Amino acid sequence: MVEAFFIYFALMVVFCSVMVVSRKNPVHSVLWMLVMFFHVAGLYLMLNAEFLAATQIIVYAGAILVLFLFVIMLLNLKEEIATEHSVGGWPGGLALAVSFLLFALLAFTGFTVKASGKWSIQEVSRLTHTKALGKVLYTEYLFPFEVASVILLVAIVGAVVLAKKKLKS
Amino acid sequence: MPGTYLPESYLPIFIFIIIATLFGLGALLIGEIVRLRRPYHEKLMPYESGIDPVGEPRVRFSIRFYVIAMLFVVFDVEAIFLYPWAVVFDKIGLYAFVEMVIFIIILFVGYIYAWKKDAFQWE
Amino acid sequence: MNMPDLQPLMPEIVFLGLALFVLLAELFIKSKETIGLMVIVSVAATAYMIPQSFGVTFSGMFISDGYSSFFKFIFLLNLILTILISIQYIQIERAEFGEYYTVLMFSTLGMMIMASAGDLIVLYLGLELMALSTYILAGFIRHDARSTESALKYFLLGAFSSAILLYGIMLLYGLTGTTDIMKLSSLLMKNGMRLQSIFAIVMVMVAFGFKIALVPFHMWAPDVYEGAPTSITAFMSVGPKAAGFAVIGRVFLTGLEGFSADWRLLLVVLSIATMAVGNIIAIQQHNLKRMLAYSSIAHAGYAVLGVIAGNTEGLSATMNYLLIYAFMNIGAFSVLVLLRNEQERIETLEQIKGLARNHPFASALMLIFMFSLTGIPPTAGFVGKFFLFRALVYSGYTWLAVVAVVFSAISAYFYLRVVMYMYMYEPEEGVTQDISTAAPLGLALLITSLMVIAIGIYPEPFVNFARLVVG
Repeated sequence: MVEAFFIYFALMVVFCSVMVVSRKNPVHSVLWMLVMFFHVAGLYLMLNAEFLAATQIIVYAGAILVLFLFVIMLLNLKEEIATEHSVGGWPGGLALAVSFLLFALLAFTGFTVKASGKWSIQEVSRLTHTKALGKVLYTEYLFPFEVASVILLVAIVGAVVLAKKKLKS
Repeated sequence: MPGTYLPESYLPIFIFIIIATLFGLGALLIGEIVRLRRPYHEKLMPYESGIDPVGEPRVRFSIRFYVIAMLFVVFDVEAIFLYPWAVVFDKIGLYAFVEMVIFIIILFVGYIYAWKKDAFQWE
Repeated sequence: MNMPDLQPLMPEIVFLGLALFVLLAELFIKSKETIGLMVIVSVAATAYMIPQSFGVTFSGMFISDGYSSFFKFIFLLNLILTILISIQYIQIERAEFGEYYTVLMFSTLGMMIMASAGDLIVLYLGLELMALSTYILAGFIRHDARSTESALKYFLLGAFSSAILLYGIMLLYGLTGTTDIMKLSSLLMKNGMRLQSIFAIVMVMVAFGFKIALVPFHMWAPDVYEGAPTSITAFMSVGPKAAGFAVIGRVFLTGLEGFSADWRLLLVVLSIATMAVGNIIAIQQHNLKRMLAYSSIAHAGYAVLGVIAGNTEGLSATMNYLLIYAFMNIGAFSVLVLLRNEQERIETLEQIKGLARNHPFASALMLIFMFSLTGIPPTAGFVGKFFLFRALVYSGYTWLAVVAVVFSAISAYFYLRVVMYMYMYEPEEGVTQDISTAAPLGLALLITSLMVIAIGIYPEPFVNFARLVVG
């Protein structure tokens, strides 16, 4: 049963990703991406990461996707504008990608599972995921958490600097 | 699969999603089967409150939307960080309070900056 | 909860506080010179904090030691020099916004966090902070399509490399259960999953290779360097590159020590490819910014040699080289900034024909920097290369040192061609070779040229200093 759900979610994520990059109409791409985000959230749920699943939907499907749609409408791309491939040599790229995939498969099939560490499924379920995450994030990972706020600050400054119509000097 | 489990408590939500999907698809399908088909020119026109449509439907969005959306994303992420913090606040106490205050101050500086630069103005 | 020890973090805290202050001050102070001065004062305050900050904090996530401090000095130096050359330049480019200075500060803060990172998560966040700020800076001339294009290209490829780095970090975490760089090596060895470990190492190396523009991950560099504002090109050809080396030194030499035979082999291949592509393609470039972009690719290839040598000697040689490279490369870009006047951008070889006749002093400075980049004594470039190659020979890579010397000789062609165009041709008709007269820019040129010559003549203190902080 677990396997069936996992395979469904994983295949859908791969399928949607292929659809995202292969659609000619960028708005369709974004909508496929929405479907993908929901399935990624499903994967998070199966990994016992409820909070991440909720975040995935609130932040990615909610906010970031809207941003994507705005950008696409801003660029006002028309379907017809399908340019020729400007970069040649795709057979080489394909060969590289396939050999990379083979290497990855070779490496990943050798993975074995060892002790599950402190945060086992039972432990996380007992505490609830949000609490477990909070406990780790606000004690052990305090420093990265504060650095993240500076990154968000730079994002604010960057958006204003690059996209504000009339920037006060 | 190790580390993976079935989140059984989410079964109602799962069923809900399935019913919602089926409902949406079913409504379209039944409509397709049952409805009459008498197309004529006016009926096929895009509906714009009874006025004849003018020009292209695709218009270029103003870049102002982008700035607002970007600011929304940033503060959305900030708000997300508050959830796990609120849940563990009673365990960690003052320490958690101080670190969240620092986090918010840093972003508040960004807020003042954006405000002063008129990023919230529809110029 | 116990309060974490903030002493090792003090330089970063002070720097962040001052950066926030400058961001707010910029809203009220209209004079950009004042803002620039405030940044320089902040840098001085931060530099003052660094020597008193040694220690490890946040349970090993943040390490402040001699190694990180040396790199932090390079970053701060890079910031000061960039600000000195920018003050008038961004006015000419009509991109005079106060954010320029704050974003430069945030980028430098990201580099400082990278240099001190003892944990892969911290490393990643530092890298993102640095990279995000640099993307913004690359697109800072908002009305110029080339600048915007450069920012977009840098951003897209940079985002890819970040994803690859995350993938590598994820694998390392999956293999060891830790993101602590100090514990990685022993846990990986104990685990014994060699193939999987190498896969992770390759991922991490690709991402770092992108940051320091090693071939074949260099594709972004020429376009980005050409399109970005010249002052920013100077900034990002030194800062992010040095930061990349700082994390390479930390992650590979300590975190992945057990796999040194494997990554060393990879680095040898990458460094030869980098030196070859950088030096040979630079020959075909007529745009000076593009030429310097390829030259900076080639110099990354040299600097990697010290990491390949892998001992104290080699690592200190790399650090020294990066310091020297900061002076000579920013110097060369400063001359380009000097040549930017209200009418035109002087960027091609044709435009600098006969420069020596109009501006003997500027040409002489360019000559010094070109000699140094080639590695001709008595300039600093020679000292840097000498110690690198010596470290390489001592650790048994004599053949690689020979290869590097050969490529170095090839590089003389395009560096000295610049000198030839300046000194041996008549000025072209219709090119206004007006130069800027800004005092801060003059100061930057003075510092860089003096340092290039001083290190070239009397290298002992610098070399010993780097050796001291590593050992």
